[in-house]
Amino acid sequence: MAKIVVVTSGKGGVGKTTSTAALGAALAQSGKTVAVVDFDVGLRNLDLVMGAERRVVFDFINVIHGTAKLSQALIRDKRLDTLWLLPASQTRDKDALTAAGVAKVIAQLRQKFDWVICDSPAGIERGAMLAMRHADAAVIVTNPEVSSVRDSDRIIGLLDAKTLKAEQGERVEKHLLITRYDAVRAGKGEMMSIDDVLEILSVPLLGVVPESQEVLRASNIGAPVTLSDASSAPARAYCDAMRRLKGEDLPMTIPSDAKNLFGKLFGRRAA
Amino acid sequence: MSNPATRRKSIRFCGRSFLAFVLTPDPPIYAWLANLDEWSSQFAGYFAGKPVVLDVSTVKLGNGAIVHLINELQRRNIRIMGLEGIEQSELGPDLPPVLKGGRAVTVAERPETAPDPKPPQKESASLLLESPVRSGQSIVFPDGDITVLGSVASGAEIMAGGSIHIYGALRGRAFAGLAGNSRARIFCNKVEAELLAIDGHYRIADDIESSLRSQPIQAWLKDNEMFITPLN
Repeated sequence: MAKIVVVTSGKGGVGKTTSTAALGAALAQSGKTVAVVDFDVGLRNLDLVMGAERRVVFDFINVIHGTAKLSQALIRDKRLDTLWLLPASQTRDKDALTAAGVAKVIAQLRQKFDWVICDSPAGIERGAMLAMRHADAAVIVTNPEVSSVRDSDRIIGLLDAKTLKAEQGERVEKHLLITRYDAVRAGKGEMMSIDDVLEILSVPLLGVVPESQEVLRASNIGAPVTLSDASSAPARAYCDAMRRLKGEDLPMTIPSDAKNLFGKLFGRRAA
Repeated sequence: MSNPATRRKSIRFCGRSFLAFVLTPDPPIYAWLANLDEWSSQFAGYFAGKPVVLDVSTVKLGNGAIVHLINELQRRNIRIMGLEGIEQSELGPDLPPVLKGGRAVTVAERPETAPDPKPPQKESASLLLESPVRSGQSIVFPDGDITVLGSVASGAEIMAGGSIHIYGALRGRAFAGLAGNSRARIFCNKVEAELLAIDGHYRIADDIESSLRSQPIQAWLKDNEMFITPLN
């Protein structure tokens, strides 16, 4: 039985797709079977970041409509044989996602995999609501700036109200992933500090991914950043985040100014 | 080549709901009026200046009788702003308009027996929220106080008939004393509010003194003016 994780944010361009690919690949590397699912119907990107765009034949919408079987639509990663992608359809829109269809596909994925990571579209409309609908856990991707933080807060409210778990009186496990963090700019006060973000959102911190050229380079070559250069700072941050998602208790590393070689170690997990 | 008349600035309309008292006379009218006089002698001027609607559904009155009743009430300083329970077509043009779609609300009423200058002790009603209120959420509780143990995010709203107590930071909007309760207050542990309102009087973030920002405060009304002062 898989754990269903939604990667969501409200705001666009904060790094949901990058984070989905990176966490999915890191989980697969740790020996788990993983499916990454693109819910961004009409604006799909996960296939590009995963480097599978030339191998898409059938997609999520075909499976929902019954024109393809799930096994035909799933694309196995060339580098990791435990990592699979369910691509979105590029020629359709979010209305093609039906509640019953999504429930059926998620139920099948739950049987086949250890982890199912759903890449939510931006916004709070149909696509985003259906992506979070069946989640057991949510990774809320936030950049340290006010608009992203407020949108994340809105999404957290929806996770507590509109998911199946919430409607059954349970809680979706929530994790905050801060991406594009620039220690130099945060030091100068040009960016919100990690503490400010945590204070506003009051959700446990899963990890802090530094702003890095490596992320852009990885998506250009079509590889999750955790596979393209496992020793890079963002890859290490994602690997730590993946281990925390699995329940390990690791000390939190906040990326710091390059001049400060050893960095600061924080043992904090927010309330 | 547009007609100057069409370029004139358009008139703005908006809907707004108000609280009105509804008087429901029952037959015979003279006895009901006598009863009203007796009651008024205890609470002189209770209806003065208040909007009052006359519900005539329980009595069958013609146009003339309604005019007479309205005049009788006018003599007692009760001005009728509208009628309920009758069709507009049955009324003459000089009568107040017919109101529809009214909903009952509970109004703190003075006890009929012992006249007491203090407001009555209403049953304590309150709403306790144990988790933070997130952006986009709107919590409305017209019956009493709201207590929030966490924070209220930017873009969230709290609306209470009574007072509002926030043990975390208030970054959104708070409306206390919704149904005209000027004694309601807003308390919060850290004020970064977008808007504070009590009984229709409000302050936006820019009007809150910068020295109070991020401080524990209370807001209250005195003579229709809002005061915000530090707690402790």
